[in-house]
Amino acid sequence: MHLLEAKNVHGGYGGMNILNGLDLAINADEIGVIVGPNGAGKSTLLKAIFGLLRVTEGSIELRGELITNADPGELVLKKMAFVPQEKNIFPSLTVQENLEMGAYSRQDNYQHILEQVYHFFPPLADKRSQPAGELSGGQRQMVAMGRALMIEPSLILLDEPTAGLSPLYMADIFERIVTINAAGVGVLMVEQHAKQALKIAHKGFVLVAGQNRFTDTGMNLINNPEVAKAFLGG
Amino acid sequence: MNEFVFFINNVLISGVVIGSIYALGAVGITLIFSILRFAHFAHADLMTLGAFFAFFLTALFPAIGPALGLPTAFVMLPLAMGLTALTAVYLDKAFYKPLRAQGVKPIVLVMASLGVTLMLQGLIRMFMGTSSRNLYIDDRKGIHRIDVPFELANRPIVITDPQILLILFLVVAVIALHLFLTRSKLGKAMRAMSDNPDLARVSGINTQKVVTVTWIIAGSLAAAAGTLLSLDVSLKPDLSFMLLLPIFAAAIVGGVGHPYGALAGGFVIGFAETLSVFNWAVLLRPFRDQLWFDLPANLAFVPTEYKITVPFFILLAILVWRPTGLFKGKVL
Repeated sequence: MHLLEAKNVHGGYGGMNILNGLDLAINADEIGVIVGPNGAGKSTLLKAIFGLLRVTEGSIELRGELITNADPGELVLKKMAFVPQEKNIFPSLTVQENLEMGAYSRQDNYQHILEQVYHFFPPLADKRSQPAGELSGGQRQMVAMGRALMIEPSLILLDEPTAGLSPLYMADIFERIVTINAAGVGVLMVEQHAKQALKIAHKGFVLVAGQNRFTDTGMNLINNPEVAKAFLGG
Repeated sequence: MNEFVFFINNVLISGVVIGSIYALGAVGITLIFSILRFAHFAHADLMTLGAFFAFFLTALFPAIGPALGLPTAFVMLPLAMGLTALTAVYLDKAFYKPLRAQGVKPIVLVMASLGVTLMLQGLIRMFMGTSSRNLYIDDRKGIHRIDVPFELANRPIVITDPQILLILFLVVAVIALHLFLTRSKLGKAMRAMSDNPDLARVSGINTQKVVTVTWIIAGSLAAAAGTLLSLDVSLKPDLSFMLLLPIFAAAIVGGVGHPYGALAGGFVIGFAETLSVFNWAVLLRPFRDQLWFDLPANLAFVPTEYKITVPFFILLAILVWRPTGLFKGKVL
């Protein structure tokens, strides 16, 4: 059984369809990377999976359970987390409060998870009582990912986690994503830095105009001359 | 010294009293704006409604206050606050929530709240008439005259029971609100939703619960302000009309979406009003021989009957020179 499986997904904003019959599947412990040109529907697909956008046709399953058009709050309870690309922190809340908000749905004591997140992102530990809006871009991304990790997700959706970061921070974030995945968390992410992202991907999906163009392992996609020429800049 | 006592009574005490009322109203407006992103015009009517609830309860149980040594309406305040909070929650369910579900623009909600204003004012007049009422039914307003220990002063500083209770209530309410927003899970969720509503939803925050709590807090504070003001002056159905502009001015002056700003804004507007209608000739009278001009009998910036224009001018000035307000709130 797949961890996440989307079949023939259609959806969009208003009357406009952006997703035109997409298929996608990743297993537990896998990193799936979605790449493609601007306007291909990459971010839209993540939003549709997380219930932020109406799916008009097709189905989405989490561990075999139908979650098409489920409420985001419900998906959080099913251990699914989403990190949006922009506006992914609460700027006036402290770093610690941002992480606590990630754990809002938890009724148990999550102190040990909090410490784990600080251990995983040491720069945040020093700034736990500082407003998150005062942090640098890379540290904000850490807050955003840390917030998502607070529910101990089994699947985490990341929308362009390296957008706007310097190459140094980018490598750091990719490394951390690999570490998160190694701890048993399924990852599905959208990336503009297609080549670097596909290097760490178990599965890669190249989208064009809301449809699958290529679906393969990350390495095969990088080595596919057609993909390289059209989507990875040669 | 009498002149100075006159200043204390008419500017300092009056300013603190009216400032506290404005602050309690403005905090509610600013909270509603930060969570629901619209200017709630019916807020001053929640204040009037709360005062009428207190009036009803006082009329039902007039003997409770004297037994406890407090004004009956003040003893009934928690109940009146609860009823107003409940009304606010159901007004939201009936009128604003269906509009939000349709994803309308904020201006549509503002217009809806204008409709709610007219409806509430009509209902209040229908049931209560248009005359002004006294919130003291079986008891009398306690007035404290504090003698000033100076030889030249024979006039006392005057402060009433409701004024003391109002100031105490404001202090307690502000501390409680601060602790709620910074320590409790729900309070933090409220700030989170004010910061970034989409991310709050994505984080699994129960946004409906946050909305309900916002109305409860705003409604209860409005009821308290309306009741305490009516206790001190009198209860009129057109109370809300006199309060609407100043409390909006206070919220905007403080920086919309910023609860502590609203508090400061309330006092800025309150003191601006009392300072501008104060007869400065009284303070200058002892020095009249040293002055190079003849002291007129009345020397106020604004005649008392035009007091309502003061917040309007402050509002305009703030919007021109510092549109985000004193505390840098969200831009409207």
